[in-house]
Amino acid sequence: MNAADTAWVLASSALVLLMTPGLAMFYGGMTRSKNVLSTMMHSFFLMALASLVWLFWGFSLSFATGNWFIGGLDFLGLTGVGAEVWPKSTIPASTFMIFQAMFAIITPALISGAFAERMKFSSFIVFMILWLTFVYAPVCHWVWGGGWLGGMGALDFAGGTVVHINSGVAALACALVIGRRKGYGVVPMMPHNLTLTLLGAGLLWFGWFGFNAGSALAANASASMAFVVTHMATAAAAISWVLVEWIIKGKPTTLGIASGAVAGLVAITPAAGFVGPISAVILGAVAGVVCYLAVLAKAGLGYDDSLDVVGIHGVGGTWGAIATGLFACKAIGGTDGLFFGNAGQVVTQIVAVGATIVYSFVVSLIILYVVKAVMGLRVTEEDEVVGVDTSEHGETAYNL
Amino acid sequence: MKKITAIIKPFKLDEVKEALGSIGVQGMTVTEAKGFGRQKGHKEIYRGAEYLVDLLPKTKVETVVVSEMVDKVIEKIVSAARTGTIGDGKIFVTPIEKVVRIRTSERDRDAL
Repeated sequence: MNAADTAWVLASSALVLLMTPGLAMFYGGMTRSKNVLSTMMHSFFLMALASLVWLFWGFSLSFATGNWFIGGLDFLGLTGVGAEVWPKSTIPASTFMIFQAMFAIITPALISGAFAERMKFSSFIVFMILWLTFVYAPVCHWVWGGGWLGGMGALDFAGGTVVHINSGVAALACALVIGRRKGYGVVPMMPHNLTLTLLGAGLLWFGWFGFNAGSALAANASASMAFVVTHMATAAAAISWVLVEWIIKGKPTTLGIASGAVAGLVAITPAAGFVGPISAVILGAVAGVVCYLAVLAKAGLGYDDSLDVVGIHGVGGTWGAIATGLFACKAIGGTDGLFFGNAGQVVTQIVAVGATIVYSFVVSLIILYVVKAVMGLRVTEEDEVVGVDTSEHGETAYNL
Repeated sequence: MKKITAIIKPFKLDEVKEALGSIGVQGMTVTEAKGFGRQKGHKEIYRGAEYLVDLLPKTKVETVVVSEMVDKVIEKIVSAARTGTIGDGKIFVTPIEKVVRIRTSERDRDAL
């Protein structure tokens, strides 16, 4: 066991936790003022709910020895997850577990942007318990827990597939099944407080250093390089988003720089630890443009993904996972990508992306239809018009 | 008797209230309103989606006075609410047929 590594991963765990209230602000500012509390409640509630799911069965299904598809039951209730050193690391099992718990919190919280402003809270809880169990745990096991994707050599440093593609695709399923917000495309649905969104984006950027650099599971050169490329890719994406919207729509916006930064953070997530700084800048700059165009395309496609989870996490995560297979460099992370002479890595990455997209989409759809049939997904039309803060939670955000 | 309805910029409400008080106007009703005139609105862009924000926040002040007071009231409102820029608002004057004070059942001029 190594004290410095343990200290760094524990500190990183706290950093990753902070991303979720950051996400609550990022999302909350983008909703209308009558729905901001409900949106922030989704993230905050998951800080509690996903933690307990993780403790009782989520960690075991993800990381206990099992088969190619899903982990076993040895760690139910965290049995035997204590002081012993976690395999292939120098940190205690309990440290690894709590670090991973923070990922299991933020991933479902990301999805909540797709059904913001109309989902019934009780259905939200049931959907999330089922999703963590039947989607998150298996995909996490495939990539990091000894399952088939990790086994075939797919690279995912900090969760491009497990966290971002997974949540982005589930978000698309949610937006399709729950349907558009009442008045979508007719009534203006403008963000009510972009200062909150900017502060949230700042907290996400800050916490993401724990997410990516912490994923080295050690206080070493890999963590340091992951930290550097995370920062630089984000900087490039923030600027490229603003530039492209400035060219297309005529104004450089604050929501644009916040969204661009998040797109960059998403895209570099699988690649951090495998790519160098110049590659990271290219990867980030492309992410800013691609995600902006994906968000623009939403209007033509007709689904109402309220806060653009698909455009940013789904598309950004997919680009990042494939780009990892392009830009990976042996000198940095031990594996070469296409641009360094190893074309096969891109194929492996595309298989991982495809498998995650198909599995997450299909199983999310099944869960959504089951919950819809049993208890319904949406609040009533009247409650939606009044706002879900009042109708679901009995509160108003701003009593001025 | 006439009703005077003034649509003004919200931050001018206190000045208008004071000015009307100074010439003996005894009551008024104030409503937060939204609207536009020739000022129209402006365009806002969020993640590439464009919205025309045409309804701007305004304050509606209503007061009913005896007909002899109308010109004085208008003059006071205009001088208190004017900034000289577009969007200062408008004043409408309409006749009032009947006024009743609920507490005493007094009518018309006595009820004002």
